[in-house]
Amino acid sequence: MSAVATAPAAPAPATGKPLPPISYKAPIAYTAVAAVALLLFGILPASGKQTAFTVSTSTDFFQIERFTVPSKLTAIVLCLVALGLSAWTWQAARTRRKVGIWLPAVYAVALILALLTWAVAGKNQALPLTSLLQGSLFLAVPLVFGALAGLLSERSGIINIAIEGQLLAGAFLAAVVATITQSAYLGLLAAPIAGALVSLLLVAFAIKYIVDQIIVGVVLNVLVVGITSYLFSTVLSDNAATLNSPPRLPTLPIPVLSEIPVIGPVLFRQTALVYLMYVVVIVLQIMVFRSRWGLRLRAVGEHPKAADTVGIKVNRTRVWNTLLGGAVAGLGGAFFTVANGLAFGKEMTGGKGYIALAAMILGRWSPKGALAAALLFGFADNLQVVLGIIGTPIPSQIMLMTPYVVTIFAVAGLVGRVRAPAAEGIAYVK
Amino acid sequence: MSEATPAPDKPTGSTAPAAPSRRDDGLEARAQGALREMLTSSWLVTVLAIVLALVISAVLIAAADPEVQDAAGYFFARPGDFFSAVGSAVGGAYLALFQGAVFDPGANTVARQIRPITETMTWSVPLILAGLGLGIGFRAGMFNIGAQGQIILGAIFAGYIGFAWDLPPVLHLLLGVIGAAVGGAIWAGIAGVLKARTGANEVIVTIMLNNIAVYLVAYLLTLTSFKREGSNNPISPVIGENAAYPLLLGSQFRLHLGFVVAILAAVFVWWLMNRSTLGFAFRAVGSNPSAARTAGMNVNRVYILVMVIAGAFAGLAGSAQVLGTEKVLTAGVAASFGFDAITVALLGRSKPLGTFFAGLLFGALRAGGFAMQSRTGTPIDIVLVVQSLVVLFIAAPPLVRAVFRLPSPGGRGNAPAAELSAPVVKEAAA
Repeated sequence: MSAVATAPAAPAPATGKPLPPISYKAPIAYTAVAAVALLLFGILPASGKQTAFTVSTSTDFFQIERFTVPSKLTAIVLCLVALGLSAWTWQAARTRRKVGIWLPAVYAVALILALLTWAVAGKNQALPLTSLLQGSLFLAVPLVFGALAGLLSERSGIINIAIEGQLLAGAFLAAVVATITQSAYLGLLAAPIAGALVSLLLVAFAIKYIVDQIIVGVVLNVLVVGITSYLFSTVLSDNAATLNSPPRLPTLPIPVLSEIPVIGPVLFRQTALVYLMYVVVIVLQIMVFRSRWGLRLRAVGEHPKAADTVGIKVNRTRVWNTLLGGAVAGLGGAFFTVANGLAFGKEMTGGKGYIALAAMILGRWSPKGALAAALLFGFADNLQVVLGIIGTPIPSQIMLMTPYVVTIFAVAGLVGRVRAPAAEGIAYVK
Repeated sequence: MSEATPAPDKPTGSTAPAAPSRRDDGLEARAQGALREMLTSSWLVTVLAIVLALVISAVLIAAADPEVQDAAGYFFARPGDFFSAVGSAVGGAYLALFQGAVFDPGANTVARQIRPITETMTWSVPLILAGLGLGIGFRAGMFNIGAQGQIILGAIFAGYIGFAWDLPPVLHLLLGVIGAAVGGAIWAGIAGVLKARTGANEVIVTIMLNNIAVYLVAYLLTLTSFKREGSNNPISPVIGENAAYPLLLGSQFRLHLGFVVAILAAVFVWWLMNRSTLGFAFRAVGSNPSAARTAGMNVNRVYILVMVIAGAFAGLAGSAQVLGTEKVLTAGVAASFGFDAITVALLGRSKPLGTFFAGLLFGALRAGGFAMQSRTGTPIDIVLVVQSLVVLFIAAPPLVRAVFRLPSPGGRGNAPAAELSAPVVKEAAA
């Protein structure tokens, strides 16, 4: 995947084969969305309104004053930037060059800022940018872990729909262990075990009994919801104080780094779980694409027969990586209970596992892509909360819908063709 | 895979190749063949899978029972207490389940005695209808997880026609039902068109459409045209009398005409899949899309048609809720029918008759679950555990055979396991 992002912009060498026809789907989509945004946020609204932003939190070492910008002008400028980037994609498509990952990123940031400027226009309250980002990162944590879990198993060829169940199991065990031991960190240690147990069932049925992997995943989600809800309604409710009141994971500001304006509080004033997430993303990004383990993992997921021929144990690789994935997802489940200091509740993951699955696909099965997609979903989630407080013209349900609509567009190929590992979902039988 | 099935009482090698179809063998061999056929039939596996699921759930019920926990404390002193506590906890729960789902001998009037079985039938209507639709998809190799969203859309359409329009009897109901089918078909059609046009994975698209539908119905119920007058709750007006499904057994029972619709739908699906050209194309695409394409079938058209028909059935399930059982549109109108319907279709092996009985079984678990919860305090969540375990075991016949020491058919352990997974696997391979 990283090869795609850094692909040289050289034109295709003149070979005998005719080139495939140029697809203008992506440029059309980019242009259409930017034009609609320009109309909605820039041209249609009344002029003369101001939008206020705050950047610093009250505890920051460096204080940056709240600033206001004229709403209409700012929105128009931002939308024009997006339109300019759309023009770039036309040019790139015409000359058959690949656009870098920076383009959709900048495009999205420009449009999101335009949306924010429009949504908060004319309000007395300022939009707290820093806490918006901080909350987005926080809400993205389970999605990142879930997406990485899906990535690990799918790169090895096992479809993991059971992320939801793994998150829920992790949340459950983390809450119970943290309450019994009165230590949030021990809860964090227990969560991966629960996730790995769900994965164990997944591989047992998918590899040993060759049941369709999607079916096992869907059913395991129901099973985990059933078991955890049942135990919650019986054992946990009867002994809420001794079994289900976990302590909260403390926030650990990193000295010096956490004092940097804006990015300090966002990135370095978080809990251990978030720091762990940074480590896992970086390690996996390197290991999956640069290590022997990663090469074997991908080989098994792309062409198991070839991998087997050179002596890689296909099913063993799949089992271990799916178990590892389950553990990672379980860790993400700890977010719902110990990271928030909340008691376990029925179905408290609320479909986040499915969103994580979408983040993995949107991130094209790469750790950094998954991180970016998860941050996007986390941002949409948090934006809805923040705008709900300030009060905006957009109904909250429409805001909540947005990430799912974006995913559908992404999967439908408008953001770029996504390609799953070739052998995904196919049981390997010698 | 042969080591997956330790079958100590496997017939000796000489009789093993005697397939049940070979008629001219000796009487002894035929008798053995018949016995073998019985022991390896999928129906026996289905029954045993249900038994196994109930046994495992019984362990959970017993483990969470306070009296059992007390008795376990002095197990070695008086083991009898422990076993009687287990017996009363499990027996009580399952008896209440049966009385709530089939027949309640303790009620004072005959109507109340037979009320449970009618409740089971009422609950089963949306499960059967949505399950039939999903079954068509599975047999055509499409894994449609979107029944939930399609039910919601069907409910929105049926509900709106039901409460906003004023039409004569019969016509009003007919239009409401057609509207529901159209609503579901549109929602599923999106996934079908995207798959046909762009190759977008229908699993992801339908999951996203489910979430979008949830927020869509929540949003619509905030609008004045959908909200009940003078109410702050997100609830629609009651549907017109002419739009409601007529009750089948008088006002004492909730059973409505939707049950007849479900039966007719099952018959229609049987005709469609087994007797029509279209159904043949569906099955051909399901077993091998490449071969179907080579044979001149329009595979993309099949994808769209399958989704549209599946969505129409799910929409009908929505109409059963809004025009039959609930008579209003709420955000929770689809409950978890869409997800339960997946397990219904899997349990019914995607065949109409099987789906019908699977729907009845899960309807019974649902109806009985409420009675169990109110009478013995066993949370209804245990029903989810039973459902998911049943499907898991049915998907892995070798596991069930190994647990009950049954011989495996044809001497090969994994043959039937592929039966359930085959279409999806092949589809992914294409």
